[in-house]
Amino acid sequence: MISADLNIILPEILLAVYAMLALVGAVYTGKDKLASPLVWATAAVMLIMALWIGTTGSGTRVGFFGMFNDDAFSRFAKVVILIAAACVLIMGEAFMKRHNLLRFEYPVLVVLSVIGMMVMVSAGDLMTLYMGLELQSLALYVVASLRRDSEMSTEAGLKYFVLGALSSGLLLYGASLVYGFAGTTLFSGIIAAAGTGQLSIGLLIGLVLMISGLAFKVSAVPFHMWTPDVYQGAPTPVTAFFATAPKMAAMGLFARLLHDAFGAAVSDWSQVVALIAVLSMFLGSIAAIGQRNIKRLMAYSSIAHMGYALIGLAAGTQAGVQAMLVYMAVYVTMNVGTFAFILSMQKDGQPVTEVDSLGMYAKREPGRALAVLVLLFSLAGVPPLLGFFAKLGVWQAAIASDMYWLVVASAVASAIGAYYYLRIVYLMYFGEDREDALDAGGSPVLWGFLAASAFVMVAGVVNLFGIEGAAAAAAATLVN
Amino acid sequence: MIGLEHYLTVAAVLFVIGIFGIFLNRKNVIILLMSIELILLSVNINFVAFSSFLGDLAGQVFTLFVLTVAAAEAAIGLAILVCFFRNRGTIAVEDVNVMKG
Repeated sequence: MISADLNIILPEILLAVYAMLALVGAVYTGKDKLASPLVWATAAVMLIMALWIGTTGSGTRVGFFGMFNDDAFSRFAKVVILIAAACVLIMGEAFMKRHNLLRFEYPVLVVLSVIGMMVMVSAGDLMTLYMGLELQSLALYVVASLRRDSEMSTEAGLKYFVLGALSSGLLLYGASLVYGFAGTTLFSGIIAAAGTGQLSIGLLIGLVLMISGLAFKVSAVPFHMWTPDVYQGAPTPVTAFFATAPKMAAMGLFARLLHDAFGAAVSDWSQVVALIAVLSMFLGSIAAIGQRNIKRLMAYSSIAHMGYALIGLAAGTQAGVQAMLVYMAVYVTMNVGTFAFILSMQKDGQPVTEVDSLGMYAKREPGRALAVLVLLFSLAGVPPLLGFFAKLGVWQAAIASDMYWLVVASAVASAIGAYYYLRIVYLMYFGEDREDALDAGGSPVLWGFLAASAFVMVAGVVNLFGIEGAAAAAAATLVN
Repeated sequence: MIGLEHYLTVAAVLFVIGIFGIFLNRKNVIILLMSIELILLSVNINFVAFSSFLGDLAGQVFTLFVLTVAAAEAAIGLAILVCFFRNRGTIAVEDVNVMKG
């Protein structure tokens, strides 16, 4: 019995053991001298874990009396999370070393937060949900303020901590009401207690508070205030991490809670989620227009993208969850490439984040500029690229649920949002050549990630590399 | 006779005080940390009250987890605050303003 349960969370246990061994090993031996090998080892461990989970996992297994699920949905999310975290670790290594930021705690904290994310997407109980969420958040608070001697980084960490703790409080208060009115913390028990039709008022208030807490974690409006400051203040490799793996995990948890625990009351939450989605898309698209700092701009871009992904959830169907998963996988790939480029932006060895410094970048670096152009067009959702097909997927799901107004609103928002992506392209190709223009050249590792991500955006159009089938299987296990 | 409603009312009042403490406080980041603790403790009262009312232990187990996490959260919050104080020399809420927009 217990060995069957332990088998189900074996990946998490192995990663936790690895994290603790790495921490103790580094403390007793080389400390920060070991940081660089530790980053590579950690990335390798996470990639092996992703391969293991992705290839060997099959069927649905439930452990610990229903508190922990291993099914196609959690495996899909875990593979995306692990690969994204590994890519971001590798990308950031040279940058952190150059700016004297590379400490051995960094990879360890990333692994701990990844364990939290893996628990989140497998949660089958409010307790598992909360513990996974907190393990992820506590590690993220620390990495946000990794640059201890910088005003911006510590301020980013402080803001993230205070607002994150507030959102955990909201989520917990909601969880306590759900527990009280459903009589159990298990998702399977909650869905049975909720029954079909209207939710009782206590469950409804609990659900809305839990949605608020989770909306904070996916940085959806009106709980987005921390995102631009944290993205700007945190060191760029950490920002790249924030923009990828935690978003996938929070979306996975969102879908799991809504469908596993409240799947019988779709009509009660789909309007709330749709409203959050519309607000996120519009705020993300409009507020980004005035931004001159590319990290802040990416923060608003991520707010808007979370809005599009939430459309899939708002549809409340199996097709919606499938479209959301595909959207998140594409979004994570695009962001890995974009942040590979942002990490390579520098002038005389100093990192640059000003958008204007990209003036006439295409003349000096035609290859890179072309790759960035492809990625930005894909982020904007321009038709022949993968970003467009991801959007098309969520739109189809929304139309199938008769949410036409949501589709119209998101089309308008993405047209507004296209302005700021295209502005960067305009600067790169037709802007003025400035004195403080970026240095040409850069690390081959970052160029590799940038080129690979841009290539995926073009080549993925053929068949999405087969992830659609995996996403369909994942959605089928969640919604039934 | 003190019933479930009384406990829930106290918890709701503490929760609202905690939320207001975060939004109305203009002075000190430490007060924010205290408000966060207040919110988590109001949740604990809720859980224990429901647990006793339902005759189900899960709520009390949840409370123990919340207490543990609250301790870890306070430790991390204070550590970040110490770093912030070293850089800025102040912990006034209105001085947490290097980044805006």
